Amino acid sequence: MLSDKFDVHIREEDRYAVIQTEGYLNGPRGESLAETAKNLMQKGHTKFVINLAKTKLINSIGISILIEIIELLEEREGVLNFCGLTPTIERTFKLVALAKYAGIFPDEGSAIAALGTP
Amino acid sequence: MSKQTDSEVVLTIPMHPSMELVAAQTGSLLAEANGFDENCVEEIQLAIIETCINAFEHSKSDDQRVRIKFIIKDNELELKITDHGVGFQLDPDKSPRESELESRELRKRGWGLELIKNMMDDLHVDSNENETTITLVKKKPESRLNRLT
Repeated sequence: MLSDKFDVHIREEDRYAVIQTEGYLNGPRGESLAETAKNLMQKGHTKFVINLAKTKLINSIGISILIEIIELLEEREGVLNFCGLTPTIERTFKLVALAKYAGIFPDEGSAIAALGTP
Repeated sequence: MSKQTDSEVVLTIPMHPSMELVAAQTGSLLAEANGFDENCVEEIQLAIIETCINAFEHSKSDDQRVRIKFIIKDNELELKITDHGVGFQLDPDKSPRESELESRELRKRGWGLELIKNMMDDLHVDSNENETTITLVKKKPESRLNRLT
């Protein structure tokens, strides 16, 4: 069942941060996610995992904001890995070439492991 | 030969934020009831959302409404999504090309129609200065296989 509810959960570790989203990711919610990522970058984080396991739909405006987050991280020589994608979201990320600039992993553990050593 | 049994559901939504979810939810319930698998249902939802958002953002319609007709057929779901806005023309050259993907603006913008095309089996645009109807068709995977063999 689709819900209008959207939540962002953050977990900060020494060398990376995990952001987990819950719900439909559209433009305004993407902006809120980008704000969260920017705040973490200002605190010095450059390695991120975005866990989308609880997000079943992302629209094209939400995708464009994810690309903006990737661009901000590129400026800081950072890394972003996604995990928990539905097959449709994974296909969408490949279609819009987002998968060229960020890693896609099946689960959070493998996405964190692929962030590399500090 | 199987008997053709079409049925229709018509939904009208206002152009308000998140109303596209109401249309997507209706499409999801109808697709599930008609035997589409989970992946197909998600693809239909995304196509509905993108089509509605395009109408919300670009139609400039006076009545600020989008009408969605769901036509349920034996082996496919057909959607007719109509707004009474200013209309648009499909530009075949506008689709983002691989060589242009390095351009940041192109990477970020203009993916809506490309996503719709990719998620659905057929897309048809009928648009004039008073009305636009986008017809989308999603076939059940087994009917696509039968068509190939």
